Amino acid sequence: MSKRSVADLKVGERGTIQSFDNQLLSLKLLEMGCLPGAEVCLSGKAPLGDPICLNVSGYCLAMRKSEAATILID
Amino acid sequence: MSSPVIALIGNPNAGKSSLFNQLTGLRQKTGNFPGVTVDKKSGSWPIDAHTTATVVDLPGVYSIYPKSLDEQLVTDILANPAHPDYPDVAIVVVDASNLHRNLLLFTQVADLGVPVILALNMLDVARQQAKEINAVRLAMRLGVPVVRINARVGEGIDQLVKAVLNQLQSPTVAGKLFFDPAEGATALITDTKEQYKLDNNYLALQYIIQHDGFSFLNRQQQAGLDALISKYQFSEPTFQAEETITRYKRIATVVAETVTDQRPANQPTWSQKLDRVLLHPVWGYAIFGFVLLLIFQAIFAWAQPFMDAIDTGVAWINGQLKESLPAGPLTDLLTDGILAGIGGILVFIPQIAFLFLLVALLEESGYMSRVMVIMDRIMRKFGLNGRSVVPLISGVACAVPAIIATRSIGTKRDRLITILVTPLMSCSARLPIYTILIALVVPNQRILGLFNLQGLALMALYLLGLISALVAAYILKLVLRSRERSFFIMELPTFKLPRWNHVGISVWESVRSFVWEAGRVILAISIVLWVLASYGPGDAMQQAEAHTRQQNPTLTDDTLANLVASERLEASYAGHFGHFIEPVIKPLGYDWKIGIALISSFAAREVFVGTMATIYSIGTGDDEGVTIRERLKQERNPETGGPMYTPALAWSLLVFYVFAMMCMSTLAATQRETRSWKWPAVQLIYMMVVAYISAFATYQLMQ
Repeated sequence: MSKRSVADLKVGERGTIQSFDNQLLSLKLLEMGCLPGAEVCLSGKAPLGDPICLNVSGYCLAMRKSEAATILID
Repeated sequence: MSSPVIALIGNPNAGKSSLFNQLTGLRQKTGNFPGVTVDKKSGSWPIDAHTTATVVDLPGVYSIYPKSLDEQLVTDILANPAHPDYPDVAIVVVDASNLHRNLLLFTQVADLGVPVILALNMLDVARQQAKEINAVRLAMRLGVPVVRINARVGEGIDQLVKAVLNQLQSPTVAGKLFFDPAEGATALITDTKEQYKLDNNYLALQYIIQHDGFSFLNRQQQAGLDALISKYQFSEPTFQAEETITRYKRIATVVAETVTDQRPANQPTWSQKLDRVLLHPVWGYAIFGFVLLLIFQAIFAWAQPFMDAIDTGVAWINGQLKESLPAGPLTDLLTDGILAGIGGILVFIPQIAFLFLLVALLEESGYMSRVMVIMDRIMRKFGLNGRSVVPLISGVACAVPAIIATRSIGTKRDRLITILVTPLMSCSARLPIYTILIALVVPNQRILGLFNLQGLALMALYLLGLISALVAAYILKLVLRSRERSFFIMELPTFKLPRWNHVGISVWESVRSFVWEAGRVILAISIVLWVLASYGPGDAMQQAEAHTRQQNPTLTDDTLANLVASERLEASYAGHFGHFIEPVIKPLGYDWKIGIALISSFAAREVFVGTMATIYSIGTGDDEGVTIRERLKQERNPETGGPMYTPALAWSLLVFYVFAMMCMSTLAATQRETRSWKWPAVQLIYMMVVAYISAFATYQLMQ
């Protein structure tokens, strides 16, 4: 099975960040607090299913699905 | 030291601007940072009897690796001790309820070797989340002064003053780098420090990673750094990712030692509950639609009385001046040139103020970021970005502040496309043209007992503007290829009550940028226009006047004066221009009179109505709108003998004004924001071509 990413989460589901598969985006995501080992929770989706809202260490981060797909989880 | 520079640095929404307002009060001014076009907020802060500091509020950033144009500035200043805004002390404002992420930026700034003070803000929010922070332990752990403040109400300013004075007297920087790049790239850092005479390891790293964006390095210096990078085969992104992870790991231990967190796990906050409604597939858009409706209502209905008052006021002053000053060209220049120009600027202030009041309220409360989220998917299809929503909405009032508002868009291409299409949104200067021409050709009647036909026509024109903006964006998206990946990553702030002083300052900023940016151009053009309309080649003007007086000996003084004014206009330079371009605009159905108005409104659309009034020799004083409409109705087409202003002509003009790029100030704003002459030229040409073709098609099809 290929690796799961944050984009595969269902609303309310949790995951632990493992790694990133896009170097440039990972820099942005890291700075925003998406760290390897951090727990994320998909807290909601925009009306058309994209962008999505993530809960990361106590705050809400909105990002596009394509960006969420670069965050690999356990 | 008489006027030290204090910089405020922090994440977005950390309370930096609140602190800025607390420290500087009304002693603020805005300008541009030297060499770049980003808004600079600075103000004076009397720290004690001997020292008045200059406080500079830097754009909110998450790290010193910039993601957008205004973020670039922070590193540009902090990495360049020769910069006039380089701080003597940097106050890093952090959101205590989210210390972990906020400390990333702090450790980076401290590592650059700037004397820093850590200002712990929003402790009340942290307390609500059952978090307690031990400030003393934090200060010891980080080796810098830490001050607890509440920027909203101004608590802790005394302690901040003490800390700043201490730092000014004996600047101390954190002794040991929090993250020392020499740990991983010793040779490269040593080499860079030697070649560029630097003594800070982390600053050397910034030279290596960010030199392309540093405006203070010359070509040769930048090329030298490139050579160093390839010499050591240094991978910038890998190292940067490594840096961020290492920093966060170390920060985690600091936070673990200083913060006690007794928050019960995963309780939904009321912000999250609210988001369930605002991001709801149905309610989300319904609420946004309602908000838009409210905004339009504000611009068109609530602003009207204020606009009327300004109109009347300017007319009154004009009348007073005309009466009290001796008649002559100088008085005419003052009243019909300068004052008319100023009036044309001032009259739009209420609409702009109302729009930006609402936009500021929505941004302050946190709702605007939700709008960006629900609109991103739709905007993306058109090559835009969720963040393009604010400029597009703002464009309904005036494109100048709207274009400035594109600065928050991180991707260059998304930002450029937004800038290029924003002027297609029907701004308030188009409104007078729309209303007069619609009143001329659309009957004032209700259909289905509910909708007013004229109102529907007006709405159709606004929709035409919006749709054309989206279509233009889509075409630009296909044309402008970019290797840069478009991204949309944004923190959703929790909902807050708006801070009124912020809202007030934001409204003031928008009005100021409109009056100053657009106003200067409009005023200058009004004066030029007045000259062109008041003087003609040789004695053509005098002859025209004498001729008219001779031909109409029986007319009353008033009517005669109006007729004379009209004849003089035809004989003036402006009139000659009108005749000169007539062949070009003939296919659109326009004659030389409309030609004059077109040329004059080239600088700014609002000049159109005033010029029409002059051309059709309508005296001022009575209700202008009605008079112009009556006069235009009477105008006969010399060729057909029928009415000149047929629906075909009026719609051709309306469509022309929907698309035409007739605003020098917008072009100037585009030039400044893109730092090139290419893009304003592209904007001017594509909009004019579209305007000409659509007006041509409209006229020919309807005729």
